[in-house]
Amino acid sequence: MGKMMISATINGDAQQFLCDPAATLLDALRDELGLTGSKEGCGSGDCGACTVVLDGQMVCSCLVLAAEAEGRKIATIEGVAEGSELHPVQRKFLEKGALQCGFCTPGFIVASKALLDHNPDPSEHEVRYWLAGNLCRCTGYDKIVRAVLDAAAELRQETTTQRVSA
Amino acid sequence: MNAPQDKASFKPAYDVVGTRPVRPDGVEKVTGKAIYGTDHVAAGMLHGAILRSPHPHARIRSIDTRKAEALPGVKAVVTGADFPSLASLEVSLGEGSGNIAAISRNCMAHEKVLYDGHAVAAVAATSAVIAEEAAALIEVEYEVLPHVLTIDEALAPGAPVLHEDMFTKGLPEKPAEPSNAALCFTVGRGEPDAAIAAAHTVVSGRYSALAVHQGYIEPHACVASYNADGQVQVWASSQGAFMIRTLCASILGISQADIRVTPLEIGGGFGGKTKVYLEPVAIVLSRKSGRPVRLAMSRADVFRASGPAPGVVADITVGADADGTITGVVMEFKMLSGANPGNDTHSGAMSALAHYNVANCRVTGWDVLCNTAATAAYRAPGAPQTIFPVECCIDEIAQKLGLDPIDIRLKNAARPGDVGIMGMPAGEIGYAECLEAAKAHPHYSAPLGPNQGRGIAGGTWGNYGGPSTATVNLGEDGSVLVTTGSPDIGGSRAAMAMMAAETLEIAYEQVRVTIADTSSIGFSMLTGGSRTTFATGKAVILACEEIIATLRARAAVMWSIDVSQTEWRGGAVHCLSGDKAGTSLTMGQIAAKAGFSGGPIAAEVALNAQGFLPGFGVHICDTEVDPETGHVSVTRYTVVQDVGTAIHPDYVEGQMQGGAAQGIGWALNEGYVYDKAGRMDNPGFLDYRMPVCSDLPMIDTVMVEKPNPAHPFGVKGVGEVPIVPPLGAVANAVSRAIGLRVHDLPLTPDRVYAAMQGKS
Repeated sequence: MGKMMISATINGDAQQFLCDPAATLLDALRDELGLTGSKEGCGSGDCGACTVVLDGQMVCSCLVLAAEAEGRKIATIEGVAEGSELHPVQRKFLEKGALQCGFCTPGFIVASKALLDHNPDPSEHEVRYWLAGNLCRCTGYDKIVRAVLDAAAELRQETTTQRVSA
Repeated sequence: MNAPQDKASFKPAYDVVGTRPVRPDGVEKVTGKAIYGTDHVAAGMLHGAILRSPHPHARIRSIDTRKAEALPGVKAVVTGADFPSLASLEVSLGEGSGNIAAISRNCMAHEKVLYDGHAVAAVAATSAVIAEEAAALIEVEYEVLPHVLTIDEALAPGAPVLHEDMFTKGLPEKPAEPSNAALCFTVGRGEPDAAIAAAHTVVSGRYSALAVHQGYIEPHACVASYNADGQVQVWASSQGAFMIRTLCASILGISQADIRVTPLEIGGGFGGKTKVYLEPVAIVLSRKSGRPVRLAMSRADVFRASGPAPGVVADITVGADADGTITGVVMEFKMLSGANPGNDTHSGAMSALAHYNVANCRVTGWDVLCNTAATAAYRAPGAPQTIFPVECCIDEIAQKLGLDPIDIRLKNAARPGDVGIMGMPAGEIGYAECLEAAKAHPHYSAPLGPNQGRGIAGGTWGNYGGPSTATVNLGEDGSVLVTTGSPDIGGSRAAMAMMAAETLEIAYEQVRVTIADTSSIGFSMLTGGSRTTFATGKAVILACEEIIATLRARAAVMWSIDVSQTEWRGGAVHCLSGDKAGTSLTMGQIAAKAGFSGGPIAAEVALNAQGFLPGFGVHICDTEVDPETGHVSVTRYTVVQDVGTAIHPDYVEGQMQGGAAQGIGWALNEGYVYDKAGRMDNPGFLDYRMPVCSDLPMIDTVMVEKPNPAHPFGVKGVGEVPIVPPLGAVANAVSRAIGLRVHDLPLTPDRVYAAMQGKS
């Protein structure tokens, strides 16, 4: 069987790409679209390094077929920053030393942003369970959890300020 | 950052060292731009696949590659026959040595396969799908041989022998027959048997731990490109680009100058990326196909064919006086090193008692081979396995004598000047300070709830120095470019920039750090042994000092004065005499005119860093055991460590926390499991259960900063020590929670529950 042509919105841009029918969304992002920020750590949905947001839903892109992306919206790590302006989650990961090797970091940042989009004021317990599908072998998670809690606090403050000024 | 500590009590003299700036490679890593092993693409690149043995032990009778070669899109198929047949040759590799023939045969089996997952053939094709399909078309005829998986099986009389030419080393006489025991190594002093016989209190036991994987999230990957003139490029994620160069050159008979290895970002290593698996195979595929070739492991490949740390069985007896003084220790341990001789036996034996002053001891280690993946270094290789039994026994003695578990360790702790087991006096070590800090920490006196227990354990790792090269170049604007050959596995670029900035008395942001390929900088030993911030850092500091000397000389030329009449202060040269006295020249001012004062301003330092000191840690662990299931939760955890001077405290704490988490995984969840056919039963993250975020509490850290006098800023290694104490700390916590000792790791719910039920 030949390749399929898929149209999808990726990080806000309309994109078309070719894919093998058996290819995963992760393969298509990395190999067809050159978006190598999403990583393959296991290929079985256990490590979360390939986490993306598909139509508002956090998924492991290694468990989604590329063909399933047809007509849908996909947000990857490459779309988290606004131009050269880092998202508060990204900035807090840097300020808090929440990465060492950095390989799991894109997945953690996409997942953490997804959490804060849903729940602006998570407890430590909620952060830990939300991120339980993302493996990090370097940090012991301590600084990651602190970075996410700090980013949440900062985002809440910004939202409040905006509300006041509006 | 999250521990009570008096900041004013240390590093008063530094402006940059001890601060927590953002790492220079940080933005690339939080935006997904950083290029790791499988992210690199070469023009015209082919995709490779490796066929791996389904048998743990078999002779290869024949390999028929014709069907694979005939598949459209296949550009090369290689087997062991495509590799030079090498005589046995030992090469030094940093964290241990290696036999080139064994390393080559581990990359690609020649006559025999030695474990489930051993590579037997490889394919390069125009797509990964075609490569996989072609690999499946290769027909291998095996003569399946009986296999051994455990120490008892491997050492049983008449056991199948992995290597017919392997005779146990280290015995008084060479054995008459080959066996699976590669090495016996004994270290000791005094009269341990007599001391134990005369002791007031004696405890003993047999302890075990399973083989565990380093568990880096990035699978091994590389791209190799062989050109018709014999020059080779390799892009790979590893702990040592020079290690890859050395091994590929030796395995394939290529000049080192013809192999240029570019280090990509590394997605974790922990010792497991100190070996080659794919690179020589990718080079041979590229040579045969004429195109660049990418090889990458799947997660199952990573588990089956790369690095676990050896499992261990240890028999130990410890004797003590009534006051808790340890009078004698005898320990015999066996490391299960997998398909090739391991490197953990020496270091395990040397580490076992290195944090205590024991007058009478004998530690005997055996390196035992079996039909599982050849083991690799894992963070403080060998030390967790041998210190675990020691820390459990000390805890039992404390309980028997009614002593506080920290007090008994303080009584026996190795201190500066104490003569170690090799007859050398200890330097400025900080174990006693760690024990004091642990005792003073609020965690240690916090109340415990029902079903909870608190465990203490100490540990140590020798750390290392070794060869490193660094260059420092000034831009024409005076900005500073530091180049090293040490892969940055956890933030060392930040540490290099900070030490350079501190030496030059300039801002951290004025310094940028590059990790160069092997053709662009002189040799550095791999990143391992907790050596990089110490040894490569020393090279960076000395190169910066040369830059200062050069800048002073250039300023002296510009001012027409003697260099002795200049002074370096605040990142500038100050004039002390002549008509320019009182004025100064910045780095930028001197660099802009460097062409007129002698040429570009650069320095290179190549050194063999001496004077490294061991690190020490004390961990406090609270566990809660569910009486209905035997499930163990870690409810509170504190890591205290002698870190020397912490250059970047965030990354020092990160090492302490990450090492503790890995050790907790080893103690509670992780282990290699094989079926009866010798195939790994849990080669994936679902069944090989590493700690996840919801498994752990915050991990509190206390940095005890006792500087190393042999380093300009007092650096000791920090990365490896923190995986050593958790095995004992968790086991001691569980034993105090349930009132009895479980000797075998991991402390899985079924094991703990059975122990609580009084079953064996």
